[in-house]
Amino acid sequence: MTTITRPRATTRRRQRARTSTHHQAAYPLWFLLPAIVIFTVLFLVPTMSSFYFSLTRWSLFDIEFIGFENFVTFFTEPSLSRSLTNTLVYAVLTSGAKVVLGMGLGVLLTSQIIGRGYLRNVVFFPVLVSVVGVGITFSVLMNPTEGLINQALALVGISGPAWLTDPTLALISVALVDIWKGVGLATLIYIAGIVSIPQEYVEAARVDGAGGVKAFWYVTVPLLWPATSTVIILSLIGGLRTFDLIWTMTHGGPGFSSDVLASVVFKQYQAGFYGISTAGNVVLFVVVTAIVLPVSRFLSRKEAEL
Amino acid sequence: MKTRRYVAGGIAILASLVVFVVPFVFILLTAGKGRAEANQLEFTWPTDWQLWENVVEVWNTRDGMFLTAMINSVILTVASVSGMVVLGAMVGYVLQRRKGWWTPVANVLILAGLIIPPAVVPTIWVMQGLGIYKTLPGLVMIEIAFGLAFTVLLIRAFVANIPRELDEAALIDGAGPLRLFFQVVFPLLRSVIITVVVVQSVFVFNDFQNPLYFLPGNENATVQLTLFNFQSQFNQMRNLLFTDILLITIPPLLMYMFFNRRIVAGLTSGAIKG
Amino acid sequence: MLSRKIRARRLGAVGTVAIAGLALAGCSGGGGATDDESASGPVELTILIDSTEATVSTMQGLVDAYTAENPDVTIELENRPQGSEGDNVVKTRLQTGDMPDLFWYNSGSLLQALAPEQTLVDLSGESFMDAVTDTFKAGVTAGEGVYGVPVGNAMGGGVLYNKKVYEQLGLEVPTTWADFISNSEAIKAAGIDPIIQSYGADSTWTSQLFVLGDYYNVEAADPGWAEKFTANEAHFADTPSAQLGFDHLQEGFEKGLYNADFGTTTYADALEKLATGTGAQYPMLTFAVSEIQANFPDNLQDVGFFAIPGEDASDVGMTTWLSAALYIPQGGENEAAAKEFLAFVASPEGCDAQTEAVGVTGPYFIDGCDLPADLPPAVQDLQAYFDSGKTFPALEFLSPVKGPSLEQITVAVGSGINTGAEGAALYDDDVLKQAQQLGLEGW
Repeated sequence: MTTITRPRATTRRRQRARTSTHHQAAYPLWFLLPAIVIFTVLFLVPTMSSFYFSLTRWSLFDIEFIGFENFVTFFTEPSLSRSLTNTLVYAVLTSGAKVVLGMGLGVLLTSQIIGRGYLRNVVFFPVLVSVVGVGITFSVLMNPTEGLINQALALVGISGPAWLTDPTLALISVALVDIWKGVGLATLIYIAGIVSIPQEYVEAARVDGAGGVKAFWYVTVPLLWPATSTVIILSLIGGLRTFDLIWTMTHGGPGFSSDVLASVVFKQYQAGFYGISTAGNVVLFVVVTAIVLPVSRFLSRKEAEL
Repeated sequence: MKTRRYVAGGIAILASLVVFVVPFVFILLTAGKGRAEANQLEFTWPTDWQLWENVVEVWNTRDGMFLTAMINSVILTVASVSGMVVLGAMVGYVLQRRKGWWTPVANVLILAGLIIPPAVVPTIWVMQGLGIYKTLPGLVMIEIAFGLAFTVLLIRAFVANIPRELDEAALIDGAGPLRLFFQVVFPLLRSVIITVVVVQSVFVFNDFQNPLYFLPGNENATVQLTLFNFQSQFNQMRNLLFTDILLITIPPLLMYMFFNRRIVAGLTSGAIKG
Repeated sequence: MLSRKIRARRLGAVGTVAIAGLALAGCSGGGGATDDESASGPVELTILIDSTEATVSTMQGLVDAYTAENPDVTIELENRPQGSEGDNVVKTRLQTGDMPDLFWYNSGSLLQALAPEQTLVDLSGESFMDAVTDTFKAGVTAGEGVYGVPVGNAMGGGVLYNKKVYEQLGLEVPTTWADFISNSEAIKAAGIDPIIQSYGADSTWTSQLFVLGDYYNVEAADPGWAEKFTANEAHFADTPSAQLGFDHLQEGFEKGLYNADFGTTTYADALEKLATGTGAQYPMLTFAVSEIQANFPDNLQDVGFFAIPGEDASDVGMTTWLSAALYIPQGGENEAAAKEFLAFVASPEGCDAQTEAVGVTGPYFIDGCDLPADLPPAVQDLQAYFDSGKTFPALEFLSPVKGPSLEQITVAVGSGINTGAEGAALYDDDVLKQAQQLGLEGW
C-alpha cells in the first residue's frame, strides 16, 4: 500500500474500487499461469528429477539405479574431479578481475577525459559479440608461433608463451579472454553507480581534507557497494557456469587441463553417459548455490551496514 | 587539470586501441583477404580486398546453410524474446501488485532461475516426452524458460514506479484485467521492455550452449552453431571463418547502435536495483 | 570413436559435404515389393547410409552396377547424419522396427552396441559369405552369428613416412621400436621434425594412433588379450605390452621428437608437413593417402607406410582397421532381394564397381578382388603386410569396449601432462564407465 497523500477525490474512488470485487480481479493470478507452466515443465521438473537421474546408470534405452556411484566416479577420477578446481579458479579469477578493472575503468570513464564517448563504446563492444566469435578470434591471436600476440611480444624481445596449448596456462588464457569480453558490462554497471553518487559526498570529503586517493577509497568505493555486489554476483554466476568460451577455445584441453564442470557435463553427455553427465549437473548446481547464495547474502548485509 | 585530462585520455585511447580495437580490425582485415594470405594470420592490410567475394562464398557454402541458419536464429530470437517479454511482464506486474503467500515462493523461484544451471539431460528427456526435442518451437520455449527470471526481475522493479491510481482509474472506467494490462500498463513499461528486448536479443542470438544441446542437427542450425562447425571446416580458410564472424556480429551491433543510450540507462538501473 | 572420425575425414579429402539426397528420405519401405521368394518381378530396395561424400559415391557405384545387371530391381539410397547423431538414428529405427531393407554401419565395437543378435539377420549360412575374409567376419560376429558384408577397403594403422627423407639420411624402415627411435634421432639431427603430432583444432583424434595402432604387438605378446580385456580380467595399466602404446607416446615427447607446434598443428597441417618433407613420420591410418593424393598429388610417390614397430624384430606386423558393412534388419519384407544384393557386393564385380567409383586405399575384404596396378607406394606397403598375413585387427574390432576419452588421454600423455602409466590408468577408468554402460558381464 502506498502512503503518498493524494487528493480526496481519488481516495474516495480508490476505496470504492477496493470494496468491489474488482480489485483482486484486476490482478488475476492466472496471469502467472503460462509462465509457471513453461518454467515448471522445462526448468523445475528437469532440475528436480536430475537428483534422481544422477543416481542412475542411464543410456538411451535403459535406466538402472546405482546409488552414489556416479558421484564416487566423479570425485575419484582425476580427469573429472579436476574440473571442479578449474571451475573455482576460473570463477574467482574472472570475477576479481572484472571488479578491479571495471571499477577502474568506471572511474576513468566518468572523469573529464578526452575521447570519453569513444572509450565507453569500445570497452562495451565485446559484450555484443558472440562468445563463439570471440573464442575463434582469440584462438588465432593466441597461436604460439604465428599469432599476433606473440608476434607483437617478439618485437619487444619477449618470447610469448603457448597460451592455449601449455597445460598450465590454458585455463588462465581462456579466463583472460573472458575478462576481455566481460569487462565492458562491469564498467557499465560501475559507471551507472558512480553517476548516481551525489557529488556533495565527494566534495564534503575534499573539504574535510581528504586527498584524491583517500576520497576514492573512503567515499567512492563504499558508495559503490551496490554496483560491486552486482558485478561480483553476475560474474560469479557466469564464471561458475562457463562453457561456451572453454568449448570454443580448448575443448577442455590439452588433455583435461582446462576442463570445467560444464564442459565435463557436455562430454559425458556426448559419450552417452547420461547418469554421470547429470551427476555433473548436480555438482554444478550445488557449487553454484553454495557459493552464490552466501556471497550475495554477505554482500547485501555489507551494503546495509554502509 | 587540463593537461591531466589530455594525458589520461590519451593513454586510455592508446591502450584501448591495442586491447580492444586491434582484435576487431584483425577480424575485418582477415575477412578481406584471400585464402593464402589470411592463413598467415598476420596483421596486415590485404593486398587485394576481396571481402565481397568472401561474403558470397560464405553465403553459398553448404547449400546456403548460412541463410538457413540466419533465418533460424532470427526466428528463434524474435519468438523467444517476444514470449519472454509478454509472459515476464504479466508475471512481474501481478507479482508487484498483488502480494500474498506466493510472493516469497516467487522470490525463491526467480532466484533459482537466475543462478541454477539447467540440468541438461533431464531437460532433453522432458522435451522428448513432449515431442519438442530438436524443434525450433522447443528451443524457443527453452529460451523463454531460462530467460524468464531475469525478465521478471527487471520488470517487477519497474512496475513499482507506475502509480496504482492509473490501474484504478482504468478499472473505474470499466476495463477488465486484460484490457487494463495490455492497453494501460503494458505501454507504460516501454522503456524497461526495450532494455529487456535488447539484452535478451543479444543473449539469445549469441547463445551457443542451448542450441548445441536442444537443437542439434544440420537442418535447423543457428548462426552460432554454424560458426562453430565452420571452425573445423574452414580451418584452412581463415578468411571465410572471419567473414562469418563479421556477418553474424552485424545484427547485435545494429541493435546496440539503435538503442545505445537506453541499454545503458535501463540495464544499469535495473541491475543495480534488482 | 576413431572409426567415426574416419568417415568424417574421408569427406575432408574431397573437400565438400553432401547433404544431397535428403529428398529421398521419405521413400523408405518400398511400396512395390513382392512377396515372391525368388525375387522375380520388380523389387524396390531401400538402403540407409550415412551422408558423407565417400559413402554416397561408393554406394551409388555399387547400386548403379547392380541395377544395370538386374533391371527388375530399383534401389533407393536414404541418407542419415554422421557421428553420434547418426548412431542414434540407427539405434532408434532398429528399436522401432522402422529400418529399411539394408543399412550401412560400422563394424566392431559400434556394431556390438546395436545388439545384433536381436536386431539383425544372421548371414553365416549364406554361400556368398564364403568370399568374405575371416578377418572381417571376426569384426561383424556376435555370438554364433555373422551379420555384415564389407564395403570399402581395409586400412592399416601405422606410420606414414616421407621416403625422400629416409633416402637422404640413408635410413631403413624400422623393425623394432628401438630402431624407430634411433631413426627419429637421426632425423632430428638433420633438422627435420622426426615425428609429427597434431593436437590442434578438431584433430585430437590423431593422437590415438600410437596406442590403437599397437594392438598387433599387444596380441603378439599376450595372445587373446582382447577377450581378457572384455571380461575385465586384463587392463592397460596392468599389462606391460598394452601400456607400451602410452609409454611410446611419453617417450616421443620426452626425447623431443615431436614437431614443436604439435599443440596447434591440425590433421591437414600434419599431412602437408609429411608430404613436403618438413616432417618425416606421421602415425596415422592409411586412408590419409587419399587425402594426400587429392591435396599433394606431386608428393604422393614420396609417402610410404610401415606398421608401428614392436619389441621383436622377427615378428613385425600391422594393426588393421575394418571397413564399414551392410546389414539386414530382422523382419524386413525384402530379405531375399536384399541378400541377392549382398551377394553382388561380396563378389569381385562388386569390388570393381567400388574401385571405379572412388578408387582404392587398400585391399578389399572379399576373396578374388584385384587391385589396380598403379597403387600409390603407401598402399603397396600396406598391401605387403596383407600379402604376408602379418596383420591383426585393432582392439575396437575385437572388443565392444572402447572408452570415449582416449583422445584426450593420449593428448595429455603426448603433451607431457601425464606419464604413460598414468595415461593407461586413466584409460582403464574410462573403459570401466563404458563397459558398465553397456551392461557387460564382469564389470
